[in-house]
Amino acid sequence: MSLLYIRKDMLGPSAPPASQTGAIRWLRENLFSGPVNSILTLLAIYVLYALISLSWPWLANGVWTASSLQECRSIVAASAGPDAGGACWAMIHERWHQFIFGFYPPDLWWRPILAFGLLFVALAPVLYADNKSAMSKLCGLIGVLAVLCLIGADGFSFHTVLAIALFAGLTAFAATKPRALLTVTILFPFIALWLLWGGSIWGPITALLGFMVMAMIYSLIAPKLGPVMGASLGFIAACLWWLFLQSYVSEAWQALLPLELTYVTSDKFGGFLLAFVIGVASISISLPLGILLALGRRSDMMLIKTLSVGFIEFVRGVPLITMLFTASLLLQYFLPPQTKFDLILRVVILVTIFSAAYNAEVVRGGLAALPRGQYEAADALGLDYWQAQRLIIMPQALKISIPGIVSTFIGLFKDTTLVSFVGLADPLRGITTIVRADINWKGIYWEPYIFVGGIFFIVCFGMSRYSMYLENKLKTDHR
Amino acid sequence: MTLATEPPKANFRLGMLIYDTRYRSYTIQIIVLILFLLGVAWLANNTIENLAAKDKDINFGFLWNRAGYDIDQHLVPYTNDSTHFQALLVGLCNTLLVAVIGCFLSTILGVTIGVLRLSKNWLLSRMMTVYIELFRNVPVVLWIILVYAVLSETRPEPKDFKIVDGTSKASMILNDSFAITNRGTNVPSPLLEHPLPRIELGGYSLNLSVLACIFVVAASIWINRILRRRAAATQEATGIRPTTWWKSLLILFVPIIALLFAMGLHWDYPAFKGFNFKGGLNVAHAFTALTVALTLYYASVIAETVRAGIQAISKGQSEAAAALGLRPGRTMNLVILPQALRVIIPPLISQYLSLTKDTSLGLAVSYLDLRGTLGGITLNQTGRELECMTLMMLIYLIISLIISSVMNAYNASVKLKER
Repeated sequence: MSLLYIRKDMLGPSAPPASQTGAIRWLRENLFSGPVNSILTLLAIYVLYALISLSWPWLANGVWTASSLQECRSIVAASAGPDAGGACWAMIHERWHQFIFGFYPPDLWWRPILAFGLLFVALAPVLYADNKSAMSKLCGLIGVLAVLCLIGADGFSFHTVLAIALFAGLTAFAATKPRALLTVTILFPFIALWLLWGGSIWGPITALLGFMVMAMIYSLIAPKLGPVMGASLGFIAACLWWLFLQSYVSEAWQALLPLELTYVTSDKFGGFLLAFVIGVASISISLPLGILLALGRRSDMMLIKTLSVGFIEFVRGVPLITMLFTASLLLQYFLPPQTKFDLILRVVILVTIFSAAYNAEVVRGGLAALPRGQYEAADALGLDYWQAQRLIIMPQALKISIPGIVSTFIGLFKDTTLVSFVGLADPLRGITTIVRADINWKGIYWEPYIFVGGIFFIVCFGMSRYSMYLENKLKTDHR
Repeated sequence: MTLATEPPKANFRLGMLIYDTRYRSYTIQIIVLILFLLGVAWLANNTIENLAAKDKDINFGFLWNRAGYDIDQHLVPYTNDSTHFQALLVGLCNTLLVAVIGCFLSTILGVTIGVLRLSKNWLLSRMMTVYIELFRNVPVVLWIILVYAVLSETRPEPKDFKIVDGTSKASMILNDSFAITNRGTNVPSPLLEHPLPRIELGGYSLNLSVLACIFVVAASIWINRILRRRAAATQEATGIRPTTWWKSLLILFVPIIALLFAMGLHWDYPAFKGFNFKGGLNVAHAFTALTVALTLYYASVIAETVRAGIQAISKGQSEAAAALGLRPGRTMNLVILPQALRVIIPPLISQYLSLTKDTSLGLAVSYLDLRGTLGGITLNQTGRELECMTLMMLIYLIISLIISSVMNAYNASVKLKER
């Protein structure tokens, strides 16, 4: 008789071998999974080591307070030895305001700061359509930052109190009635224009009245004659207002009720202030223009299609620099004699045209990606062309083209550096050249470029991350 | 009896121009045409008035006048006695040189980085991500100026290379063949002992030696293609692919090496004599900075394109390849890349176009390309803004159109053939 042995309970799993757990496993899988990978890892570690060992002492020996490059170097030599290199951040400490504001008068810095803060409030409803908490957080955060900047620039003055009240009010609006913030968005161009350039407040207000005339005529005519006629007649009326009536009305109001800020001429603009003025203005105008061009390119009307294609292909075929030179050299030939035209405005127009052509191609890609059934369904519902575009086509097409549109915007913002070639003081070349021409800072090159490049990086990287957030939010398929 | 098929004949009313969709498009087009012509007429009229006020005319005759300025880097013969037109050609060649080298190098670098970005190696893929984001999010002008500033301010002066008592302050690199000074990079230049004669053709002298080399290389590539096609045909027929790699190597490299040997190729090394480097070729920092910066910047853009293209291929493809027993390298080469290429090529075309257009940023470092000669010095000397700018825009436009049509033709040839 044999003794039967029956195990009653399960054997517990034995621990995995040491090479299959924890950090060792991670290292094996991610860094040393094969001979090629191991070599690549070692190579990467070496490159990393070389980069850090080159740059770390330079960064660590950085000097923050000095009045010239020579002084910086002597401080570094005194503290770290004669052969050690050291960054001279003192240059940025002394000249940061030129990089940010250009030659804008220091006692008026509160104006660009306020305008920059308001920019984000105006953007909030566009960026976070229905997300109340994100909107109020953004408004509150930017308000706090703007007020801190104002205190830094101006001390605790009247403007600071005004800004605190303004941003507190706007944040409260964002938390309670987010739709109301859209008013700020619509009014922002005029507020910013007035804050940045100054002059009489009646100029921007009467300019805004032109748009109101346009809207009024459109709402009167559009139901009878269709949106195209309404829009074009409204546009003509607004142009008549701007050309012939506006100046009289604004002068009359100015005589009645003089409200004005100190006027700042365009040549005082520079640095990132200039980059943002050109970038924001061009971005906001070029998107609608690009959509119209894309629609024109897909239109059934031969003439409109030909004009759109010709325009887009011409603009995309030439470098931006040649367009900027057109703005500075050739526009004087094409406009009536003795027309005086602000250089910043000229540059904004040409940059807008340039990026509108690129946006048009991106949007066209989005339109082409829509299935034909969508157009046919819109027709079957009895929607007319503009209704179909507004309600069915554009929401889908624009969603598809978000990455492309945002990368056009990033490209545009980076391209604002090119305005230095026509004599404007952009942060990269204009201001840095001025700083490097100073006898105190002659021979400095890494520091200004790292500073300017860093700010550009933050802005552009932020934009690309936002586009990824938006893509994720709008994604409706389940892949 | 008539059937009610005839639609009621509506009389034409003026209102139908706006309300009837059949006529509305014509109305709109005619209005747009009138506005467009009015706009053009207005611009033309302004231009004529302005030109008259400045006592100028539109005349391209200045192109045949003496240019009177020097261009250090010229691929076609040029002296300051040459015409403005010759300067234009020199500028165009300089533009194209940077564009071609930039496209070539940035493609190689970009594809490598794009593939490594997807590698399973954690450290490597993170490093590549940092590279891509760093270069993509900063204006390319910054990289151009930075490379230029670093080259011209950190490098020693030529006189530091002078050997005093057996030592010098600075030394040449790569076996004493390259010297990077603050004025330029001195590199060895190829010289031919028995070059083929130059032939004169309508005022231009053609370098027959270069043409012969190009012809031999092109012929080798063509013969190699025939060889590969034959091998593929044999493989289709018998299932066994004949060994071709050594034949390919022979066909590709032996003829050109033989030709160069026959012409007596040797290198002229730069050497420090007197006060500066003699011999070799002095490459200006403007050229180096522009090429290096454009390559690094566009490599990051192309890397993103490549990554997006590879990720667009569904996972099933690589799984199917693995199921067939293909190794990862072969999966990449035979399955993933050929399909990814179709996604990659259209955006790649526009990257090449942008790179070509961005060569005009050489302005930041005074590189004498098309914009520097025609749109720069010639424009300032002759004061003919309208003519110079028009001509320059036209040339850039033609280059862009040629690149995009060539690449579109290639795109059409690799496109998936559907019904």
